[in-house]
Amino acid sequence: MTTHAPQTAHTVTLPGSLDEAVAALAAMPAAVPVAGGTDLMAAVNSGLLRPAALVGLGRISEIRGWQYQDGHALLGAGLTHARIGRPDFAALIPGLAAAARAAGPPQIRNAGTLGGNIVTSAPTGDTLPVLAALEATLVIAGPGGARREIPVSHLLAGVEMLRPGELIGYVRVPLLHAPQTFLKATGRTGPGRATASVAVVLNPARREVRCAVGAVAPMPLRPLEAERWVASLIDWDGERGLAPEACAAFGEYAAAACIPDPPQPADGTEPLTLPPAALHLRRTVAALARRALGRALA
Amino acid sequence: MTAGMADAAGAGAVPPADGGGAGAPGPAPAEPAPHGIGVSLPPADAPAKALGVFPYAADLWAEGLLWAAVLRSPHPHARIVSIDTSAAAAMQGVRAVVTHADVPGDAAHGRRVADRPVFASDLVRHHGEPIAAVAADHPDTARLAAAAIAVEYEVLEPVTDPEKAFAAEPLHPDGNLIRHIPLRFGDPEAAGEVIVEGLYRIGRQDPAPIGAEAGLAVPRPDGGVEIYTASTDPHADRDLAAACFGLEPERVKVVVTGVPGAMGEREDPGMQLPLGLLALRTGHPVKLTATREESFLGHAHRHPTLLRYRHHADAEGKLVKVEAQILLDSGAYADSSADSLAAAVAFACGPYVVPHAFVEGWAVRTNNPPSGHVRGEGAMQVCAAYEGQMDKLAAKLGLDPAELRLRNALATGDLLPTGQTVTCPAPVAELLRAVRDFPLPALPKDDPEGDWLLPGGPEGAGEPGAVRRGVGYGVGMVHMLGAEGADEVSTATVKIHNNVATVICAAVETGQGFSTLARQIVQEVLGVEEVHVAPVDTDQPSAGPAARGRHTWVSGGAVERAARMVRTQLLQPLAHKFGMSTELLTIADGKITSYDGVLSTTVAEALDGKELWATAQCRPHPTEPLDDTGQGDAFVGLAFCAIRAVVDVDIELGSVRVVEMAVAQDVGRVLNPRQATARIEAGITQGIGAALTENLRTSGGLVRRPDFTGYTLPTSLDAPTVRIVKLVEERDVVAPFGAKAISAVPVVTTPAAVAAAVRAATGRPVNRLPIRPQSAVGAPA
Repeated sequence: MTTHAPQTAHTVTLPGSLDEAVAALAAMPAAVPVAGGTDLMAAVNSGLLRPAALVGLGRISEIRGWQYQDGHALLGAGLTHARIGRPDFAALIPGLAAAARAAGPPQIRNAGTLGGNIVTSAPTGDTLPVLAALEATLVIAGPGGARREIPVSHLLAGVEMLRPGELIGYVRVPLLHAPQTFLKATGRTGPGRATASVAVVLNPARREVRCAVGAVAPMPLRPLEAERWVASLIDWDGERGLAPEACAAFGEYAAAACIPDPPQPADGTEPLTLPPAALHLRRTVAALARRALGRALA
Repeated sequence: MTAGMADAAGAGAVPPADGGGAGAPGPAPAEPAPHGIGVSLPPADAPAKALGVFPYAADLWAEGLLWAAVLRSPHPHARIVSIDTSAAAAMQGVRAVVTHADVPGDAAHGRRVADRPVFASDLVRHHGEPIAAVAADHPDTARLAAAAIAVEYEVLEPVTDPEKAFAAEPLHPDGNLIRHIPLRFGDPEAAGEVIVEGLYRIGRQDPAPIGAEAGLAVPRPDGGVEIYTASTDPHADRDLAAACFGLEPERVKVVVTGVPGAMGEREDPGMQLPLGLLALRTGHPVKLTATREESFLGHAHRHPTLLRYRHHADAEGKLVKVEAQILLDSGAYADSSADSLAAAVAFACGPYVVPHAFVEGWAVRTNNPPSGHVRGEGAMQVCAAYEGQMDKLAAKLGLDPAELRLRNALATGDLLPTGQTVTCPAPVAELLRAVRDFPLPALPKDDPEGDWLLPGGPEGAGEPGAVRRGVGYGVGMVHMLGAEGADEVSTATVKIHNNVATVICAAVETGQGFSTLARQIVQEVLGVEEVHVAPVDTDQPSAGPAARGRHTWVSGGAVERAARMVRTQLLQPLAHKFGMSTELLTIADGKITSYDGVLSTTVAEALDGKELWATAQCRPHPTEPLDDTGQGDAFVGLAFCAIRAVVDVDIELGSVRVVEMAVAQDVGRVLNPRQATARIEAGITQGIGAALTENLRTSGGLVRRPDFTGYTLPTSLDAPTVRIVKLVEERDVVAPFGAKAISAVPVVTTPAAVAAAVRAATGRPVNRLPIRPQSAVGAPA
């Protein structure tokens, strides 16, 4: 029994290298690249997408691991969430490992990839706030062995797009050798989509706290003022601890920045307030940010 | 009924959980392998299901089959101006397109009232209502063709607020009020010293069967059709299909395939009927497997309910009067809403003695998704409300919530507000004491280094300092079998040949364990180990729907009677030969022995190659409809349960994790301990879904996110530790084996208990299910 449409003859190419994959996409402009397929195949099965051909990225071993490059890690886009969640990776980039472990049930984590999570750009994508906080850079492979780099936030914001025939090859992430945390709120105890998530990354070399809030907007948001304010309070050369009140204030500050009050009427009439659901979301972000910072500084 | 019902628990049998009294010691000899009533016989199909080789309807195949697709309405309320199927019919590979104009028989159907069209003809009344169906030689072709049917709609304003349905334009020629029950019991002037009021809202739980609806229809040479599907009420589905196809019932056969999850009446006639029509039209087998979205749109949901309560009590906490208004959102069609309303109104006061009760219940039509029979219907919604009221009353009186409940507990001999005397065992106080006195689980703060699963999940956002623990009680009740004069009957046939017995009964195994129970009954009565249960189809006599614990009672009773008749046929010649009555002979392990052990023969020898058959029926005592003041002996039997829920709430995020559910249940008699445990655990998990996450959201009548990402079911991490503290085995003398249905009452009671525990943890009112995180955010300590 087959459930494939009779009128579409599927071509599946399984290239062995990034350049072969780019070449395959150039040869078949209608082809769609597929890695873990956790988002793509759901769209195919529901009839939203009918790819004329597929270029499978699963056999490209060069993008399924990582390498080190002058203080950075060059992560292959084909790294699965399961691999990222393992302890050896967590020792390198703990925030990304925590996000990958929180990203759905084991079946999804075994298949879903880092590159896929970026390309899908879902607001609830769990690795995205961590990548935003890390200020990761994407290494894009193009035709003829071309490589170009764009910040992950540019792709997520739509400032720069992938051009036809391009693939995300690697994600360049700084190795900061400091605590990182990722926390998310979901509707249930078991795996679920984030209603809000917060990543906090410390960069002691530059005395920075970087925070990104996921799931509350189409792309992760950075509360930059709150970051700078809280970084100025931390004794970077000492214990790095912070009073609970300061962490709480950081949470409120970050939450108010990501979920701002509606613009107030200028004529002095009744001030506008957020609806209860948005207020709850703001409280949630504040609690997550406070906890995430507290754990990072603990 | 208990004569000869020896407890056959032998060596190795799992004893029933604490509660004892697994049956009077009878003359049962030692059994080598445990079988019969009261042992944990494993289900025969369990290995195949665990290995994934069990064939469900979606796995069926027939030579030359066509694939069907159903076109469903994208609007909740619209007038159909025109339907143009020509583009779809002209597509290559399309074999037939059917609409309302192609229904040869009755254009409408329904479980109680025939108010639901096979295909919408002039008016669409809910999102996802079937409009047309296509058969094509490939499933994608069928879906594309269905999408190519051009329907012109005049979109109408949907009625989505049930409170506005009374005054709204009628959505149906029958009007918007499906049923109104004004229950009047006692003195309307009675008043208590203490009064508490509350408004409660219950969401729309979906049955969410893991296997979505699927079916295969095969045309018969006689012009009839056979429908292979996971029906839980095959005879009713057959009759409904035959009427719509314009055929005699004998020419339509429903064959029941494996049921991949059911909690009430499974299967969507909006899928079976198009399937049968297309098979009749094309002369080919036609198959359809619903997508998850279609499944959410097509089948019936639990009634969203709005409840307003006023409880009066005296200073000691004895209830004086309960006033309630209950409004059920039935969706567009009546389905079984009248039955759900009867249960909601009759059990509006819960398992408590209430001298005066005034309850107004309404079931109304709206353009929301259809509501229907889902396990514990009516009873679950009111349980969440009356238990919320009991908590409020306890808080107002400064009483312990369990103590307040105990002071009002219902017992055998008391009256329900319907005027019916409770004649069955009603050990409400005993159940409540059992859960109250059970030791509480440890607290995270006593062992902060322990491996706690906090709200938010493993490695999640939960922080011990923000977690508050709450303990709450819920006591619930349900009725068993159809109510209000429904003719509850089941027919079963038992056959024995060469030491192998076969049961033929059209009771569908939905996972409730009927086929295992049938084997246990026959093992018990005929003393043979090998018992087969035949697959179900509508050529067999009707056993009625698999719902409301019916099959344990009526079909189990029918199987037992048939088995006893076979036993008599088997033993009579021997008894005659030995010159003793059949009562002095026992059968065990395939051997027939006289009471004194002197005479002995085997079943195979006694049969001497003959086949023995017997058919019997079980029909419990009749009931009567509720009258126009809500009075009447409407129910055959009642079952009760008490649950103590222990929850951890992250009071900053409002995330809830149920830590432990301690259950005490009135089961009559444990027939299969392992299955009893499994049914209780399953019911509690489903109840936790209703309490915390499961709500099929709509906006303006449109279903939002009909998938398992948007509709969140409990996972294994959400399922709590279930402690079965006590199973009270007080036999119900009118029920076969004295057993009560197990599955429904934990579903009914769980949401109330969880809400009570969240109330205790947060100090918030918690009057809405599922409990939203913003309602579970507590005041910081």
